[in-house]
Amino acid sequence: MEHTVISSSKFNAWFGDNHVVKDVSIAIEKNQVIAVMGPSGCGKTTFLRCINRMHELIPGATAKGSLKLYDDEIYQMNPIYVRYKIGMVFQRPNPFPNLSIYDNVIAGYKLNGLKMPKADFDNIVEKSLTSAALWKEVKDSLHKKGTFLSGGQQQRLCIARAIAMEPEVILFDEPTSALDPISTSSVEQLFHELKENYTLIIVTHNMQQAARVSDKTAFFYMGELVEFDDTKQMFTAPSDVRTQNYITGRFS
Amino acid sequence: MEARLKIRNTKSLLFKGLIVFLAFLITIPLIVVLLYIIKQGVMQVNWHFLTHVPAPVGEPGGGIANALVGSILMVAVATIIAIPVGILSGIYLSENPSTKLAYYSGLCVDILQGVPSIVIGIVVYLWIVKPAGTFSAISGSVALAIMMLPIVIRSTEQTLRLLPPSLKEAALSLGVPYHRVIIKVIVPCGFSGILSGIMLSVARIIGETAPLLFTALGNSFLSYSMKKPMESLPHLIYTYATSPYDDWHNLAWGASFILLMFVLILNIVTKLITRKWNIQL
Amino acid sequence: MKNKRLDLSYSQMKWETMFRKLLIFMAALLVLVIIGILITLIIESVPSIKALGIKFLWSKTWDPVQNIYGALPFLIGTLLTSFIALILSLPFSYSVSIYLGEYNPKGWLSNLLKNTIELIAAVPSIIYGFWGLFVLVPVIRAIEMKIGVAPYGIGITTASLVLAVMIIPYAASLGITLIRMVPASLKEGAYALGATRFEVIRSVILPYTRTGLFAGVLLSLGRALGETMAVTMLIGNTTSIAGTFKDLLFGPGNTMASVIANEFTEADHTEYLSALVELGLVLFFVTVIINLIGKRIITRFTQH
Repeated sequence: MEHTVISSSKFNAWFGDNHVVKDVSIAIEKNQVIAVMGPSGCGKTTFLRCINRMHELIPGATAKGSLKLYDDEIYQMNPIYVRYKIGMVFQRPNPFPNLSIYDNVIAGYKLNGLKMPKADFDNIVEKSLTSAALWKEVKDSLHKKGTFLSGGQQQRLCIARAIAMEPEVILFDEPTSALDPISTSSVEQLFHELKENYTLIIVTHNMQQAARVSDKTAFFYMGELVEFDDTKQMFTAPSDVRTQNYITGRFS
Repeated sequence: MEARLKIRNTKSLLFKGLIVFLAFLITIPLIVVLLYIIKQGVMQVNWHFLTHVPAPVGEPGGGIANALVGSILMVAVATIIAIPVGILSGIYLSENPSTKLAYYSGLCVDILQGVPSIVIGIVVYLWIVKPAGTFSAISGSVALAIMMLPIVIRSTEQTLRLLPPSLKEAALSLGVPYHRVIIKVIVPCGFSGILSGIMLSVARIIGETAPLLFTALGNSFLSYSMKKPMESLPHLIYTYATSPYDDWHNLAWGASFILLMFVLILNIVTKLITRKWNIQL
Repeated sequence: MKNKRLDLSYSQMKWETMFRKLLIFMAALLVLVIIGILITLIIESVPSIKALGIKFLWSKTWDPVQNIYGALPFLIGTLLTSFIALILSLPFSYSVSIYLGEYNPKGWLSNLLKNTIELIAAVPSIIYGFWGLFVLVPVIRAIEMKIGVAPYGIGITTASLVLAVMIIPYAASLGITLIRMVPASLKEGAYALGATRFEVIRSVILPYTRTGLFAGVLLSLGRALGETMAVTMLIGNTTSIAGTFKDLLFGPGNTMASVIANEFTEADHTEYLSALVELGLVLFFVTVIINLIGKRIITRFTQH
């Protein structure tokens, strides 16, 4: 058994009185790509946002239960530190419009007031953009605004921005749903390369995507984790009838 | 049928004519006032006028240096007071739209916007001038700052609400603490909107006389002390315009011209900023 | 590296909490300012309220030397100037709203006119007063001589005329926005039935925006009631009430705001000052209530 990075047991989350994540227990191993899928409103995104404590930023949102990064309880850690360790990429590419491509990549350092020699920053920018498969495309226009890039490039810039902070885990919240097919495939190819160094958790409602990119898949339904298994196993022989219904398209 | 249609169409055209006529007619008083002030004032203005204090009755020359310095000083201090309070409460209102406190402070902004400036003058007199026992420039600045607040708050709030929430989430997900997200990301992205709100509020208070009547009062000498009475452009215009001397009237025309230029330039620059960045205030 | 970041994140958390508290403090400060204004006005009015009670509002005599205070002349002056100004301004502000909202909503001419109207509100009131004193007053005096009333020049009519121009932008700019918000489908429905433009404006646009336009009128009224400097310079500052309506209309008068502006620094004893503060309190209440009603109507209108 590989080393477990993220694990939860009996984890619950609420929006006010609305119980959206129910008793979720899961163990996610290092350097794997995990797909999280399920119909809209099943709690998959909320669970994802709990992992780096973005959930609590919404007024009225609460969470309870055990959720660990290695051996540390995430909800007892400093939320800012949690977010250093667990990066996130959003549904829509959201580079900072007031910053250049270069500054976008090191935004996590700059905005936190972490100072470093310029050479170190140059290094981080090149390394992160290379990892995000964007370096070749933008190396001559690093000081242009990030918003000049195409949608797919912007999303890879956001990935580079997350990588630059050297996180353990990167969360993706439907990262390709706002992209065209070509940009989508460029981002999907990245996932394979990124798992060498990081653990990726990807929320998607695109089953083909889950099948293409992930090692393991978690299926959420009505706030519960119904099934968590090897992706191949899940798509060929699901053990739960609800999973079966979902992947055969009987409800959406 | 034909005839009726003709009547209806004529009626429609006549109505349009009336509307267009009235809509443009109302610009005439403004144009007349502006031209008159320019005509009367522009001849008064020269270097001497800007750098000397008013001369006593009967003596030639004299200028408005005391009022110019006073207006700039008091407005500057008022801006320094109003900017942090205004921007921070604007941030609070845009970030927490549904709390009880937001409801009540939003209500208070609406109330403050409607309070007549003379009432602000009374209150600041009772708060600062009466306990201190003396009229002072600082009390004038406080009164002006209170008048600036609603515009600064509302423009900050509305600008920040237009920014996409994803911007804030992106920064937070990088482990950037809340205060740095606001100061380094949100405020810079909405900077031009906030700036134009500040400029608009300055344009509004620079011509305010009523709140200064019982606070800064006036001063026929050049004074830099915030603890003492201070002259201002609008107050100088008021006292000199209502005096019986022609020389003093001329001084007031000159001061009106300068004040008008300040207001016009501030308004035009604000318009250009908002147009360039396409922000609706 | 790891420890540096962990340390940093703890110090950041402290700043973050402080910053959130600072925001709450600033928002609360606004509430405190308003409560402070209200309480100050009430406390300082107490001597006057105690001495005169509610009849302060309809006593006719204002004689500080005899220590007699009645607000009626100022109430009449304020209401008269404001309502005359309002009635004079309405045809213009409605015309501007309809022209820029419906006939000509786009283009350079439309923008130019809109900016010019907004400029009316930007010109300081002291400048209108000064201009009125030297240009309008002689004109009014000449007219008064012709129609056979005492030729003061200054007075309620003069103040109302200037006031009418000053308050137009407030109703107009709201009116423009509201008329532009009328759904095209409504107008097209009427055009499809063969209505002329005038008929569409009369029976679709104006009924649809009626409450919103009324709110604009309230905002203008609020401005008129509280306007100080231009009125103070033009109204003549006389506290007695004239006998006939014609004399009242053309003669000098005083408003609540102008009497405060004129006499506040001269008020040499407690009751005098207190009576002036009480006028301020009345003015505060009236303008605030009118403004809040206007704002409430606008919010409701734009939401639905």
